[in-house]
Amino acid sequence: MATTESEILAVTGNEAVAEAMGQIDPDVVCAYPITPQTEVVQLYAQMVADGKVSSEFVTVESEHSAMSAVIGSAAGGARTMTATSSQGFALMWEVLFIAASYRLPIVMTTVNRALSGPINIHCDHSDTMGGRDTGWIQLYGENHQEAYDNCIMAVRIAESMDIRTPTMHMYDGYVISGAIGPLQMLTKEQVQTFIGPYHATNPMLDTKHPVTVGPFDGLHGWYFEHKVSQNRAMDRALTVIQDVADEYAEISGRQYGLLEEYCLDDAEVAIVVVGSTAGTTRMTVDKLRSQGVKAGMVRVRAFRPFPHAAYAKALEHVKVVGVMDRADSFGAQGGPVFLEVRAALYDSDPRPQILPFIYGLGGRDIFPDNIEQAFAVLQKAAQSKKRTSTERRYLNLRDD
Amino acid sequence: MATKTGTKQKPAAGLTEIRWHGRGGQGAVTAAKMVAELALGQKKYFQAFPEYGPERSGAPIVAFTRVSNEPIQIYAGIEHPQIVVVLDPSLLSIVDVTKGAPADAIVLVNSEMTPAELRKHYHLEGFHYYTIAATRIAVETIKRAIPNTPMVGALTRITGLFPIDEVVAFLRADFGKKFPPKVVEGNINAITRSYEEVKGE
Repeated sequence: MATTESEILAVTGNEAVAEAMGQIDPDVVCAYPITPQTEVVQLYAQMVADGKVSSEFVTVESEHSAMSAVIGSAAGGARTMTATSSQGFALMWEVLFIAASYRLPIVMTTVNRALSGPINIHCDHSDTMGGRDTGWIQLYGENHQEAYDNCIMAVRIAESMDIRTPTMHMYDGYVISGAIGPLQMLTKEQVQTFIGPYHATNPMLDTKHPVTVGPFDGLHGWYFEHKVSQNRAMDRALTVIQDVADEYAEISGRQYGLLEEYCLDDAEVAIVVVGSTAGTTRMTVDKLRSQGVKAGMVRVRAFRPFPHAAYAKALEHVKVVGVMDRADSFGAQGGPVFLEVRAALYDSDPRPQILPFIYGLGGRDIFPDNIEQAFAVLQKAAQSKKRTSTERRYLNLRDD
Repeated sequence: MATKTGTKQKPAAGLTEIRWHGRGGQGAVTAAKMVAELALGQKKYFQAFPEYGPERSGAPIVAFTRVSNEPIQIYAGIEHPQIVVVLDPSLLSIVDVTKGAPADAIVLVNSEMTPAELRKHYHLEGFHYYTIAATRIAVETIKRAIPNTPMVGALTRITGLFPIDEVVAFLRADFGKKFPPKVVEGNINAITRSYEEVKGE
């Protein structure tokens, strides 16, 4: 394994991703330049102004226009990226479907933050969880290093000729985006070799081979078949995401999977969690293990496509699984990750009890105590002869 | 299932948790980050983050720094700081700066008073108090009333987290990239003076 021993830097999560974008040096970056945008775009604009990258940087008047401009650029034949967050992501929503249905290999960074109202700018996953059915691939990162790594891997995933599907990667707002943490970077040459040159398929600017992008396709057209092809690409994306991760491990020494399994082999209770809270959960698992509790964890990395077979395999032997969602699906049986995990295990025999937990909405902090409380619920359920209620349990909810 | 702030979570061995209390404009966040970067220079693991709120000059703010010999996995605010740094003494009357701190915590306050005078004035009990006249030192050395670098100098002395020579070398290299020599030397003077002048009990 050709691991490079690069220097460790102290950077914010946003700086880590801006550095990744700088090393990718896409042809075009289109972005809305002010709130609710993040520092990523500001830092990238500085790199453009300083001549450190060759990207065409297009500022637009809204996030809806940002995604529309990105689609135009990618359809034109350019390697194109953007970044967004929170309300900005919400404003892009209708155009996200169009990017996916045109099968444009756009890469977008989304810093996970809450949606209004009440007005709140802090971390939760409501923004991208709301976009899970747009047809984009979704990768959630845990920390600064993974935010950087996922940004680079996302280019290869989106551009894979097996799938050609836009890819968004996420990390937690403020908790990672605004915090200083360690980062080891590859060299720009390593990144450029890894992503390779861009090959546009059917670019509109190739005037010798004119194409139409986005025409009407009505009642007697192929809309239905088109959607099925998108979904088949999502199925194939499971292999693509893992292959890209394996290849990335060879240059970085950092191995990623579709999901991360931690202390699961003999686990009786386990928590499934997304993003930075996985770090706090892992620490809590270590503490409980030292006390003789057979605790484990799964960290969600790929959420779209959702590797349901891998979740069944990882969790079917566990007695009780708690799923921690940092977004809710009002009126559903639980949060989006809960619903997904519970469905994934339906065919397992025996199958674990699966309980929903909601935490961290609007940036509410999540402490090790809260995660221990969740594990205590799981342990009690594991010892009980009766099945435990699947009502939502809220972690660190104010009771005053 | 609300969290009751107690003392049952003990920090891992080799982990130092610092909580910064200041007012917007005093450079608490910059100081929190500076300590993280100093930890990096010592080949330690680090984490620094502000508690984001309204960014108004003069409003009370909180920032956090973790320094460790092991990789840091926790992503949560610091509930039980071993070290509390107070950049503005007026906060002692309006913010519970030692909330959740263990009995042996160090509290470093920017003040002209000695720790004994400070205790008497603000009716403070418990913990280990230290004081440094950081604002005056900043005015005399940097020519601006921003107490953050002097606080880092005093913290260096009290905690022994980093050798003072390393702090000076870091300032020379890091500030040297961003500021003119006069500003760099002013900050170095601020750090070394507060390293010498910090008062304990």
